Amino acid sequence: MSESKKYGNLNPESTPNIDSYTHVRGESVYLDDIPMVSGTLFAAVFDSPIAHGKIKRLDLEEALNMKEVVRIFTAKDVPGVNQIGGIIPDEELLAEHHVYFCGMPIALVVAISEEAAKAALKKIKIEIEPLPVITDPREAKEKGELIIPPRTFNLGDTDNAWPACAIIVEGRSETNGQEHLYIETQGAYAIPLENGGIRIYSSTQGPTAVQRTAARVLGLHMHQLEVDTTRLGGGFGGKEDQATTWGIMCALATYHLKKPVKYSLHRMEDMRMTGKRHPYSADFKIGLDRDLKILAYEATFYQNAGAAADLSPAVMERTLFHCTNSYFVPNVKATAYSCRTHLPPNTAFRGFGGPQGMFVIEAAIAKVAEQLGIPASEIQQKNLLNTGDEFPYGQIADSEANECWNKAVKLYDLSKLRKDIDTFNASNILYKKGMALMPICFGISFTKTFMNQARSLVHVYTDGSVSVSTGAVEMGQGVNTKILQVAAAIFSIDPSLVKINTTNTWRIANTSPSAASATADLNGKATEIACLEILHRIKMVAAEEFKTIPEKIEIIDEWVYAHGEKTAWDWRRLAFETYARRVSLSELAHYTPPGIHYDLKKEKGHPFAYHVYGTAILTVTIDCLRGIYEFDSVKVVHDAGSSMNHMVDMGQCEGGIVQGIGWMTMEEIVYDKEGRLRSNALSTYKVPDIYSVPKQIDIHFLETKKDSLAVFRSKAVGEPPLLYGLGAYFALRNAIKAFNPSADIPYDAPMTPEKVLMALYQKKKLPETALS
Amino acid sequence: MVRFILNENIVETALPPGTVLLDLIRYHQHLMGTKIGCREGDCGACTILVGELKENHLEYQSMTSCLMPLANAAGKHIVTIEGINLPKGLNPVQQALAVSGGTQCGFCTPGFIMSMAGFCLSQKPATTQNAIAAIDGNICRCTGYKSIERAAVKVAELLKDRKKEDPAQFAAEQQILPAYFAGIRQRLFEMHNSNGAPVPVSADPAFFLAGGTDLYVQKHDEIPHASVRFLFDKPELNGIIKKGNKCILGPSVTVTDLKESTIINESFPAFQRYSKLVSSTPIRNMATIAGNFINASPIGDFTIFFLALDARVNFVSQGNPAKAGRTIPLRKLYRGYKILNKEADEFVSQIEFDLPGKNDLFHFEKVSKRTHLDIASVNSAITLSLDGDIIVNAGISAGGVGPIPLFLEKASRFLPGKSVSEELINDLIELIQTEISPISDARGTADYKRLLLRQLIKAHFITLFPKLELTKLVFSA
Ligand SMILES: Cc1cc2nc3c(=O)[nH]c(=O)nc-3n(C[C@H](O)[C@H](O)[C@H](O)COP(=O)(O)OP(=O)(O)OC[C@H]3O[C@@H](n4cnc5c(N)ncnc54)[C@H](O)[C@@H]3O)c2cc1C
Ligand code: FES
Ligand code: FES
Repeated sequence: MSESKKYGNLNPESTPNIDSYTHVRGESVYLDDIPMVSGTLFAAVFDSPIAHGKIKRLDLEEALNMKEVVRIFTAKDVPGVNQIGGIIPDEELLAEHHVYFCGMPIALVVAISEEAAKAALKKIKIEIEPLPVITDPREAKEKGELIIPPRTFNLGDTDNAWPACAIIVEGRSETNGQEHLYIETQGAYAIPLENGGIRIYSSTQGPTAVQRTAARVLGLHMHQLEVDTTRLGGGFGGKEDQATTWGIMCALATYHLKKPVKYSLHRMEDMRMTGKRHPYSADFKIGLDRDLKILAYEATFYQNAGAAADLSPAVMERTLFHCTNSYFVPNVKATAYSCRTHLPPNTAFRGFGGPQGMFVIEAAIAKVAEQLGIPASEIQQKNLLNTGDEFPYGQIADSEANECWNKAVKLYDLSKLRKDIDTFNASNILYKKGMALMPICFGISFTKTFMNQARSLVHVYTDGSVSVSTGAVEMGQGVNTKILQVAAAIFSIDPSLVKINTTNTWRIANTSPSAASATADLNGKATEIACLEILHRIKMVAAEEFKTIPEKIEIIDEWVYAHGEKTAWDWRRLAFETYARRVSLSELAHYTPPGIHYDLKKEKGHPFAYHVYGTAILTVTIDCLRGIYEFDSVKVVHDAGSSMNHMVDMGQCEGGIVQGIGWMTMEEIVYDKEGRLRSNALSTYKVPDIYSVPKQIDIHFLETKKDSLAVFRSKAVGEPPLLYGLGAYFALRNAIKAFNPSADIPYDAPMTPEKVLMALYQKKKLPETALS
Repeated sequence: MVRFILNENIVETALPPGTVLLDLIRYHQHLMGTKIGCREGDCGACTILVGELKENHLEYQSMTSCLMPLANAAGKHIVTIEGINLPKGLNPVQQALAVSGGTQCGFCTPGFIMSMAGFCLSQKPATTQNAIAAIDGNICRCTGYKSIERAAVKVAELLKDRKKEDPAQFAAEQQILPAYFAGIRQRLFEMHNSNGAPVPVSADPAFFLAGGTDLYVQKHDEIPHASVRFLFDKPELNGIIKKGNKCILGPSVTVTDLKESTIINESFPAFQRYSKLVSSTPIRNMATIAGNFINASPIGDFTIFFLALDARVNFVSQGNPAKAGRTIPLRKLYRGYKILNKEADEFVSQIEFDLPGKNDLFHFEKVSKRTHLDIASVNSAITLSLDGDIIVNAGISAGGVGPIPLFLEKASRFLPGKSVSEELINDLIELIQTEISPISDARGTADYKRLLLRQLIKAHFITLFPKLELTKLVFSA
């Protein structure tokens, strides 16, 4: 394809998000905007006020007697199996005898208005005999409360390696959870169809999960359930598994009442009843030789899974996969426990356990650096992965770690940055700056190997317009735009001729959720295959017409060329003629990436299609009087492969970085000892606003051309940038240390203004030390 | 009946006047572009514009429709995203956001567009800084805001040729906004002349409601069905006047009114800095000072501000309006956590305080987990009257360190007669520690709040007395 063509290439520089037109006009349709069918009823969930206990009495009478209340459903009304656990069947849709977390659904009120449904909740009375509550994962582990048996990754032999180490450091670290805070709350809308079928509009990342689980709960066949998703107002993992509950709630009511039923959660319901990023506690031990090469690393992770498995086992697995981040360590032993507590089941969140694993080795490195009195970057740099190095799980790295690091150091002039900071700190008492480098490495693929598959259904209509259906769910990550680019480029047509359909389980079956950063890769590749197949067939038609072979047919900018000569047929004519000759203009293609496998017994294999690398340099300034801070800059070199859409990829990077910084700084989830969420609204759980983001974010894409199994060699970009945000924690530490070198700061994220202030003034200290 | 112009059309509704505008917009008018993210004023997804005639000209402000009663829309122009769409294509504000990549999932987007449109309709200078300030109440979870900042630069650019003309006229002429905006002023005039009392007044109200930014967060379900006395739009309850060295505020004066008042800005040169720390643009446009006082939150920013200034509050009885009001010092208003020295039927009719003179110093400090659009962990204000080096009068207040917004009486009494020194400040800080009783909650542990108040007291003095020796203050425990 030549560059001069208008269509027929991806136009990575100039294709905006295809939804931006309707977004900025307020015309995009989200769940709560779907025009309602007359007779629609409204649902609301009555949830447990207690984190652990035995239900003694549930009194629905007063609520049922309210004028507008239609019915109230409980576990007894489940026609199939009262079970929504995805990986492990350990979670009831509606609690029957026991409650296991505050916010666990117990009853479902259906009323003729939303207001009436919510009012009825207040009239439900319940008596629960409280049982002991565990909120701490280490306590859960001590008591044997594990979701699955622990897993251990081994490389080399750490026991043998310790004696060779010149320095060994041990420690403990904590990372708190994170609320997804998609701005659109969870919700669903179920509509009865004939013959007992139900259509569920669901704000979900996984329409198939909703369909499969609803079938189980309702005792229906999957084919009776049509799940349809237009788009989400943000997901970030929070709607991968946990959107299912609301879809089924509505479907359950529709099943019984044969009426449309809708439930769009209030923000506080959403925050109270849904799980979040997993908090982790960890122990680490790291050993280095005299040259700062890491010889051995041991880590034990205590994942706070919450009350049920949800996706915790898979999240835990990714923690282990990413426990050495971007470094080669010859001797590794990492063990993870998925600990059952009485919090809402924690779930997927951008990074999926990876960030929690990487934080620990970064903490270990920082601790060594602080003991040696050197910048952590000296240790980081010496241990970056090289191509050919082995990950603890046996995959051999095809590394861009050094390329990204070296480029960042040069492009952003690290030594000057460092010098400027030193000068600033020497001449300021009330303000101190700190810096951290954050190299990243993130594996792309679902770690459950079988989930790495996707299908795309492409129709070309007789007027030349094209529709594409895949399993991908658009939630702002731009996947529909990328898929559209693929189709438009292959057919060499104006992108406006291509329409990406809603994600629908009747069009595309058995889909994997839109997650693991792999959505564009898998669904894009499937679309590529389908389009190429149709292209091949229509070229045959053209070849027959123009008396040549298909190889001599080209479509350029919506026109048919034979032997390089423009013919009389345009794209639309070609489409019609193909149909007229009874050749199919439709194709359903299947894609699964080759070469990935994993042996759970050995904990070895090649689980990832490829890895994404990058390096960020973060700088922060602390106001040492007030303990507040501002990020001056985040400067990144990111391994994007050949970016397929610059605006989309840049947006993913910037958004991911800010979300990561939020997690490390102001986003603080607070549960009390009774397992009640205290940070239960936007007024008490703070995410970054426009004034709290770094003043400057520079992103340089390292264009790497390796054939990485990414669609059009454009590497996945959804999750990796969040990891740069981890550097925020370490930059803050360094700034605190510039003010109070003797501060003994626990490795405990987020680093809120409270923790900063407490660390700044941790011990009485003399002015000399701070000023020197 | 409440009557107003919604986008291009007049709307007359029989819904209870305490219904929030958001519900009318989405569920009665079926305008789905206005989104719901929180119903608590904290996300900005529901942002709309409110155009109001003020002394002959039309002024627009952004507000969060989730906290705004229908009553407060009466006689105004309410603009939703549908009302700024051109018949075809994107207006330049929308274009700016789209080409900058400022929209990903798009759920926050209508709110951002409305805030930016509000900026185009405001009198504020067309700087990037002001464009960004206009979106300080909008939360986006996807973009990381950088692309939105780039869009804000473009939006400010759109207005660079605006001279003295009316912003709505300019926006309509430049096709930044639809042409009908040019006729709204006239239409509002006509509407005002045609209907006298838009909102009924109930005799025995269960609630007084001003901006609604506290009341709807706390009593969202009750208000639509309760009898409510709406105070926001009563001209007699508005206005900022100066009488000698006194300043008198009507109870419906909002934070924005203060922010835009020359009287206030002249007397408090750092007022713009202080007010930037309080909520967000749309909330400030609604939030009244009286509401802040009566809400009685121990960390109400303007309560703390005015406690230091020794403001007086005048109450009038609703049941007996003829009865002369009574005036009490704000410092005597609070008796316990949310317990007020006020009868249920009394409402604030006036707030009065002495403006700082040339020998007076004033400063306000606030620290919260997120610096902007967040409730304080601890806040504090100070006034000092000086005679040369000697303090003759002092008022110090602190929030978040007790069950009520605290006037630090001992500390305020301790200072007069003394001159400012590092030792004095350190003594003062120790004294203050005996006056406070913070508790641990979502905004911080008790220990943190104690330390933070120490720091804020230091910050007061470091700001007001730049010659103080920093090391003696900063490093004293
Ligand atoms: C997103 C958000 C952010 C916020 N951020 C801040 C912040 O940073 N700092 C801060 O201090 N506050 C903040 N608030 C709280 C709130 O905005 C303020 O307290 C505001 O000043 C309340 O004024 P209002 O007019 O909205 O009060 P309303 O909600 O109308 O009323 C509040 C109370 O005062 C009573 N009342 C109102 N007017 C009168 C009167 N004239 N006479 C008698 N009683 C009256 C009402 O009955 C009610 O009890 C925030 C609120 C929101 C929603
Ligand atoms: S819905 Fe969030 S501010 Fe109104
Ligand atoms: S674009 Fe998704 S919240 Fe802003």
